[in-house]
Amino acid sequence: MPTKRQTSSAARVSILLLSCTLFALSCAVATSEQEPCSPSAEIVQVADGIYVRQGQAAVVFEGERIANTGFVVGDRCVAVVDTGGSMAEGQALDCAIRTVSDRSVCYVINTHVHPDHLLGNAAFVRPGVEFVAHAKLPRALALRGDLYLERASAHEQRELNASQIVFPERTVATMVELDIGGRVLTIRAHRSAHTDHDLSVMDSRTNTAFLGDLVFLEHLPVIDGSINGWIGELEQLSEVSISYVVPGHGPPRTDWPAAAQPALAYLTALRESVRAWIASGGDLASAQDTIDAPQGAAWQLVERYHERNVGAAFAELEWED
Amino acid sequence: MWARHLRNSNGRTDNTVYQSRCNASAGLLRCVILSLVLLPVTGRAATVEEDMLWTGGLREALFGDRPIIQSDDIIVLDVPTRAKDAAIVPVSITAKIPQTDERFIKSIYLVIDKNPGPLTGKFQFTPRSGRADLAFRVRIDSYTPVRAIAETNGGQLYMSRRFVKASGGCSAPAGADLDAAMARLGRIKLKVNADVPLDQPIPAQLMISHPNLNGLQMNQLTRMYAPAHFVRHVKVSYEGEEVLSAEIGFGISENPNFRFFFVPGTEGELTAEVTDTKNLEFSQTLRVSANSTQSLAED
Repeated sequence: MPTKRQTSSAARVSILLLSCTLFALSCAVATSEQEPCSPSAEIVQVADGIYVRQGQAAVVFEGERIANTGFVVGDRCVAVVDTGGSMAEGQALDCAIRTVSDRSVCYVINTHVHPDHLLGNAAFVRPGVEFVAHAKLPRALALRGDLYLERASAHEQRELNASQIVFPERTVATMVELDIGGRVLTIRAHRSAHTDHDLSVMDSRTNTAFLGDLVFLEHLPVIDGSINGWIGELEQLSEVSISYVVPGHGPPRTDWPAAAQPALAYLTALRESVRAWIASGGDLASAQDTIDAPQGAAWQLVERYHERNVGAAFAELEWED
Repeated sequence: MWARHLRNSNGRTDNTVYQSRCNASAGLLRCVILSLVLLPVTGRAATVEEDMLWTGGLREALFGDRPIIQSDDIIVLDVPTRAKDAAIVPVSITAKIPQTDERFIKSIYLVIDKNPGPLTGKFQFTPRSGRADLAFRVRIDSYTPVRAIAETNGGQLYMSRRFVKASGGCSAPAGADLDAAMARLGRIKLKVNADVPLDQPIPAQLMISHPNLNGLQMNQLTRMYAPAHFVRHVKVSYEGEEVLSAEIGFGISENPNFRFFFVPGTEGELTAEVTDTKNLEFSQTLRVSANSTQSLAED
């Protein structure tokens, strides 16, 4: 059974799969080995000087490389937008930056607190790098940090310690502009939507926007802020002329406002159903048991997040009059 | 009325050895997968390991050496087997006996073994409650037994036990929008459904806007701490006569929400009085009249 080929990566994968079967461990966490610094194939250029490392739909801490991460190359320096779900993912992104630019990273912008977007921050902690986030992100991270450590430790191949949880140095309450040389990034703090601290990044040179998890494609939207706020933000943003949008989940480059539609349709239909359920006197548990995901877009992870969304929507909408 | 279909199986299988891997120290995912692999048909069974906190001191601290009958004959606890959102886990308790002057459920204790404050609430009922049914929402952020223990007026204790696996990853035990809850702090909604005769138990709902901060939600990563600030005491009375009261802890979800029953008898006023840990007091009164399909009041 063991052969010389055992040292090849293919064989290594099969051994990992075998051990997964034997020990019922997660296969998804078995690929976190440090890769050599040549991941240029892993990033795509979505506009002049704007690169995205595409994520894939999976449940936080169960999969890897879930969120879209990216960066903008200025004449002076590079701004990173979201860093991925682990130190290793942050390092891979850092490595990808070096394959296309010799400028150093000056900003790491976190669109929100969720671990698949933020836990790669640790890879960028060094002199000259400033971490930027919504003014309410530090509170959200403080509330959840312990939980992240606990969840990560449940996955034996995923090291995470408290020192790797990086808080922002600069916070944004409404809007700031960051000049990275030859282009200005407009960082906008949004009202409670996907979370209560969503941040978006608009590039002046290409009119391209990173909208973080305000925009979901493929991966079912997850409500962790306000369904009403989220619908409102998407409706407002749909009026804005943007050439391309990098969503938090889904394809690396999407057209706008078309890319807002699937999430908007899902959230609007969900709101309708939950409001009707509340009006009929139904309770939260029965709403979660009964209200199915609206038909239409072929969402992934419905079974993991839809019921949760019903609960979050219910808890918010029952306070409406 | 608000009871959900039972999702838990109480079938017992001999899987103690494997389940022992499901301790906090072992991987949650491994635990999940083992459960799937080993318990494909019978569902999850109670094990000695799961009940270690309970048998190792919790039970004694709360009830001393009083006998507790594990049975679903007096009350039935219903919780989702897998909680999708650690911040809002719906709990419902259905009484199997009516509240009469001769025999009634006096108290129901809700215990979540692995929560920071396991005794999540002590709820008190009277014959005027009609039915000792109760539905509310709790925070659960681990794999834990959940127990509802009913104490009858005769002093007997009956326990309905379930096991909850809280999943999530990105969901925090705190609510999604703390500021919204703070902005509405103390706002109360009362609802009743009086389209049944007033001498019958009628369903009612009490909603309290409150962030219910537990003071543990901040951590050592920063020096930020929000002091504990949660709803401590709830009392609901009808025409001056108590129908439900509760001593509750921070295991209750943000914006505490209770569904319960009471027998109005005649038209009158339903009053809710709420006190939190800062001794802030909030109250609300609702006029109940016959054949009103739904009433609503709020500040």
